[in-house]
Amino acid sequence: MMFAPAPFLLKDASVSQVMTQVCLALIPGIAAYAWLVGPAILVQLVIASLTAVAAEAAMLKLRGKPLAMFLSDGSAIVTAWLIALTFPPLAPWWLVVTGTLFAIVIAKHLYGGLGQNPFNPAMVAFAACIVSFPALMSQWPSVGLQMPLLDQLNVILGLAPRVDALSGATPLDAMKTALKLGEGQIDIAHLLANQDIYGNFAGRGWEWVATGYLLGGLWLWRRKLVTWHAPVAFLAAMVLVSGALWLYQPASFASPVFHLLSGGTMLGAFFIITDPVSGCTTPRGKLIFGFSAGLLAYIIRVFGGYPDGVAFAVLLMNLSAPLIDQLTQPRIFGMKGRQS
Amino acid sequence: MLNKLFKFYGGVKPPSNKTLSNALPIVQAPLPSRLVVPLHQSIGGMPRPVVQAGERVLKGQLIGQADGWLSAAVHAPTSGTVLEVAMHVRPHVSGLDSLCVVIEPDGQDEWIAHGPPDIATMSPADICNYLQQHGVVGLGGAGFPTHGKLTATPAVPMAELIINAAECEPYITCDDLLMRERADDIVRGIAVFRDMLKPQSVIIGVEDNKPEAIAAMRAAVDAQNEAFSVVAVPTLYPAGGAKQLIRVLTGKEVPGSMRSTADMGVQVFNVGTAYAAWRAIGHGEPLISRIVTLTGNVRQAHNVEALIGTPMNELLQLAQPHPDTDGIIMGGPMMGFLVPNESAPIVKTSNCLIAHSERLFPPKAPEMPCIRCGACARACPHELQPFELYWHARAKDFGKTQQYNIFDCIECGCCSFVCPSRIPLVQYFRFAKSEIWAREREKKAADEAKTRFEFKQFREEREKAEKAEKLAKAAAAQAAKKAAEAAAAAAAAGDAPDAPPADKAPDVAVDPAQAAKKAAIEAAMARAKAQREAAQVKNTDDLTPEQAKAMADIEARRQQAGIAEPATTTETKPE
Ligand code: SF4
Ligand code: SF4
Repeated sequence: MMFAPAPFLLKDASVSQVMTQVCLALIPGIAAYAWLVGPAILVQLVIASLTAVAAEAAMLKLRGKPLAMFLSDGSAIVTAWLIALTFPPLAPWWLVVTGTLFAIVIAKHLYGGLGQNPFNPAMVAFAACIVSFPALMSQWPSVGLQMPLLDQLNVILGLAPRVDALSGATPLDAMKTALKLGEGQIDIAHLLANQDIYGNFAGRGWEWVATGYLLGGLWLWRRKLVTWHAPVAFLAAMVLVSGALWLYQPASFASPVFHLLSGGTMLGAFFIITDPVSGCTTPRGKLIFGFSAGLLAYIIRVFGGYPDGVAFAVLLMNLSAPLIDQLTQPRIFGMKGRQS
Repeated sequence: MLNKLFKFYGGVKPPSNKTLSNALPIVQAPLPSRLVVPLHQSIGGMPRPVVQAGERVLKGQLIGQADGWLSAAVHAPTSGTVLEVAMHVRPHVSGLDSLCVVIEPDGQDEWIAHGPPDIATMSPADICNYLQQHGVVGLGGAGFPTHGKLTATPAVPMAELIINAAECEPYITCDDLLMRERADDIVRGIAVFRDMLKPQSVIIGVEDNKPEAIAAMRAAVDAQNEAFSVVAVPTLYPAGGAKQLIRVLTGKEVPGSMRSTADMGVQVFNVGTAYAAWRAIGHGEPLISRIVTLTGNVRQAHNVEALIGTPMNELLQLAQPHPDTDGIIMGGPMMGFLVPNESAPIVKTSNCLIAHSERLFPPKAPEMPCIRCGACARACPHELQPFELYWHARAKDFGKTQQYNIFDCIECGCCSFVCPSRIPLVQYFRFAKSEIWAREREKKAADEAKTRFEFKQFREEREKAEKAEKLAKAAAAQAAKKAAEAAAAAAAAGDAPDAPPADKAPDVAVDPAQAAKKAAIEAAMARAKAQREAAQVKNTDDLTPEQAKAMADIEARRQQAGIAEPATTTETKPE
């Protein structure tokens, strides 16, 4: 470009600012997580972040890209945090490292790096790990990791044995299993009241983590970093389908509130399906993307074999995002009368 | 005054920086040492120079005659001597030269005899002609000759006449000051337009960050008992884009790719244009000066009334630029450009000079990949998907860019302004547009060459055939002659006259037939040869697109630097 081109004025914006704000928005959820579930998550966040940065640097070097510029964009950190937050809190360190490497090296850089990945890297990592290490990925410690931090650290680092107390299931998974075992004898109200893994609405502790994500997500929306379309459609689908089944058979289907505050619903709604790179970009596309992902997530989590359905739902929708975008191009200014 | 306002999609709010330059009154700029008046200052035909070196000219004297319907005359801005009529740099991103009349002022500023015409006796066509002869062009955007927009389309009745006084670009305050100080003449100018176009209503749109200007305009409208509404529109860039302003004031949407708003029953003029029109009609003064905002990295930002042709660097000195000034932006910071040569002159469309420095406009951070965040799409006033356009422009898939409506892009810069990846999106769009134009031109040229070649081939063939025919005839004639000779010889020899001639006669008869056949073969061979040549020419033809490509590339680079094909951004340029 020969001359500094117009516009000469630019808004103060950068990719790293965007990513920093996404990280900031995750903080309420992380705080609730560390406080109510267990501080081990902080360790996992650090492990994932370090791995992501190292992998990012190595890949940038290999691909001959400017290191400083891309390392500081912060996108690797966002991926790392999402991985740490979706993996079991006491997952062994190598599992988190493997997942992160998979996300950064394969799902991101082999597809062309920042802005080019067709699939959400964190979800690719989750899916790959749950398929490869189903047992470890399903071990969610029962209620509040009341162990001291040092013990938690030892478990993560593999210095202490993985005792039975660690091998609980997610509240979602636990309910599914209990319902299956109960064969219609156990009803949900009973379950919720009697098991100490449930809090007021959903998993104990987890319900507040989800609320934290919701708060952060609303802040992102206020800051105009995400639009309302995908989250609203996603949550609406979740509420509609869970509500319908719940009304139909309240004994064997949990309430919409339970589903909204369980598993990856809130994290998914605001931080994962809103990933612009792998999601839809047109307003109608986002609605379709969000709604379908919500439906799929519900179906997989309730009827499928995995503890939660968000990751698979998102990956499936990532696959269809380009097509949805193409079919939902908005009309342009002045095109009202004309066919587009 | 109860106008319902509408919204346009997108838009951005850059810091306006208008208070820098709107506190001081308009100052008459002193006569410069030299005036370089480009002849081609508006869209349309290039005016023909009508003065020569050495000639003395008076202020307001015609120096360039309008050439063709869409062209506007050019006049001497002051009295003095014509030094030369030659190629000089003009204020254009291209940095290319154009024909200019260079005048050395004599300091007397002596007017040519002039005075207002008797407008009552003039037909609309006369007024159009008069404005053309007085060089009145759009002062806000690309300089569309004003008379060209005053000819009503009979098919569509004019609903709204809109006066664009939004002045949405940051830094610029020339229209603001013009309205504050000269509202009466503006309103009179608007009345002329109103009388010609006979719209149902007249709306003057001013961004609400100019309360003084709004008050002054309202006072002038009331004083003249006009029924114009002065409407404060919300400050949002690019509210001054013609199509955005139309949307805000009337709710009508004119597609970005549609050039004439008149087809929708709306016509838009810049407020400065109305003023210039009244200077011509009410005072007989051609357009030889304009208000220019001098601002940016200067000690004393203000507005000046400058003669067309004043060198920019000389003019900017009046605002005392700081020493670290490293360039001049002509126009606003959103759509303007750094002038490649600072001695380029002020032209009719130069509304603002901004002293550029890295302190005010820090160098851009390096371009990152697009993260598809969609910020650009949410900012685009034409509701395009800039990142899709960018994607295809980058991949040089220009067909796709057209599918994504690249020609609806008005190059307002909103998308570049918000992009967190600092992608110079507008640059890519200009590049894509210029490539598409270049290809279209190339195709047209190739088609023309093909037609030319085919015609040549046809002609050559015809000539060959004619030649062959002639040959055949000659051969036949010779054969006949030979036969006659032989017959005569035989007769003379007195040999058995029956047989030999009878033998010879068929021979003779065959000969012309054979000659004709031979000629036909020759013609066919010639045709084949021509065809071969055609094939060969086609091969060498392959070079031409390459050359054309090279030319197109050059042009692309030029365009990339910001030269817009004038026609497309004509009326949409925010003012
Ligand atoms: S604003 Fe920039 S990064 Fe975001 S989608 Fe548009 S081009 Fe891509
Ligand atoms: S420059 Fe073009 S694409 Fe970008 S915001 Fe303006 S109209 Fe839209």
